[in-house]
Amino acid sequence: MIDLQGYGPRLLEGALVTLEVAVLSLLLALILGLLTASAKLSRHWLFHRIATLYTTLIRGVPDLVLMLLLFFGGQIGVNMFTDWLYYEFDVDIFININEFVAGVVTIGFIFGAYMGETFRGAFLAVESGQIEAGRAYGMSNRLIFRRIQFPQMMRHALPGLGNNWMVLLKTTALVSVIGLSDMVRIAAEATKATHEPFLFMIPVAVVYLLIASVSEWIVARLQKHYNAGFGEADEWNN
Amino acid sequence: MEQLNAWFTELLSDNAIFTANTLGYYLDGLGSTVRLVFLSLIIGLLLAVPLAIARGSRRKWVKWPVFLYTYVFRGTPLLIQLYLIYYGVVFIEGIQDTFLWAILKDAFYPALIAFTLNTAAYTTEIFHGAIKATPRGEIEAARAYGMSRALMMRRIILPSAFRRALPAYGNEVIFMLHASAIASVVTIMDLTGAARFVYARFYAPFDAFLFVAAIYLCLTFAILFLFRYLEKKLLAHLKPING
Repeated sequence: MIDLQGYGPRLLEGALVTLEVAVLSLLLALILGLLTASAKLSRHWLFHRIATLYTTLIRGVPDLVLMLLLFFGGQIGVNMFTDWLYYEFDVDIFININEFVAGVVTIGFIFGAYMGETFRGAFLAVESGQIEAGRAYGMSNRLIFRRIQFPQMMRHALPGLGNNWMVLLKTTALVSVIGLSDMVRIAAEATKATHEPFLFMIPVAVVYLLIASVSEWIVARLQKHYNAGFGEADEWNN
Repeated sequence: MEQLNAWFTELLSDNAIFTANTLGYYLDGLGSTVRLVFLSLIIGLLLAVPLAIARGSRRKWVKWPVFLYTYVFRGTPLLIQLYLIYYGVVFIEGIQDTFLWAILKDAFYPALIAFTLNTAAYTTEIFHGAIKATPRGEIEAARAYGMSRALMMRRIILPSAFRRALPAYGNEVIFMLHASAIASVVTIMDLTGAARFVYARFYAPFDAFLFVAAIYLCLTFAILFLFRYLEKKLLAHLKPING
């Protein structure tokens, strides 16, 4: 194991924190993105309005500002809510907004807005004839979504999702600002203690590049999977 | 004017947080943010044009270094790049004895360098994509006129590539505005820095951060409308005839 003046193991732990934050906020973003996309495509004006407001506001404000707002303001807001619960319904709960929760929720919320746009475009790209065909087979809406819309939508959504994931991964570096010990924060602490910025920052940069390269490979594999049945016609004709 | 002034003073007198003093911090912060973003975008743009041309070169020793540069700067967080430059410049041998040190010891310039290099990398890729998408017919027509490569670049390829790159570049400008918020991490009093200061002073997270979020939102919309206008002007010839 590379020692890095004794900071090696801590940096490794930090890398795990970075990955955890990235993966958890990706999951949250995917769920929010699907919800947003269906709200935007729904015929009900209220859902549409709310989704539009959400994507517009979130994409107009810097991620760091939102993160600071949630981290410093979130606890006060949650406390007000739990106090109200206590006085009104005698329910006594305590929710703690720590750096980890604030980081994951903020990043998830921000990228939920971006994912929503990606999913919306991808759903629109699925031919309506496909859905009609599903209906003609007597499939329920749920079955149509699972068997027809989702798999075909993913083919169109994957390039966008891959891009969003790359940006999300880099955004996780911001959690170091609100005090979570991800690898950026540990590298910054080590730099301040030893005055050797290059020794710590460059390995961290390399880890980011590594994660990005691996995810690029995974996205390419997934793309191949969801492209099944497309783009092979040329091979047969030759 | 006097009435407006009186109205404004009255408005402020009811408010414990948004006094003229704190609003001054926000105003200074706005100045810092705009200066930082504007300068880095302009310099980044100037760097990106030759880099994008080099990126599309057929010679490997020209192409690969540029590719490596954009790959590294687009693949790592801006915060890391900022830390590297902010903490790193101090350790360049003998820099503290040169005239450069007077500039570099202020946090503004390391931040400007980091932002510029970052946006130049993204812009290079945007332009590279736009240049690659030049229709073959345009290039063939230029060749048929006997244009040299430089003339063809200047008169045919770059003007049409810039137009094609406009929507993507607009996104990059907004991205840069939002990314500039991390300047506050290295002690720069930009908009976010002002908000953090006001928060720390009054312990009022909602007031401090929602106010600054609203300012960023206005700036984002201003950029958005500017680019919409530019697109409408410069891409008018691409619109469908009856559209």
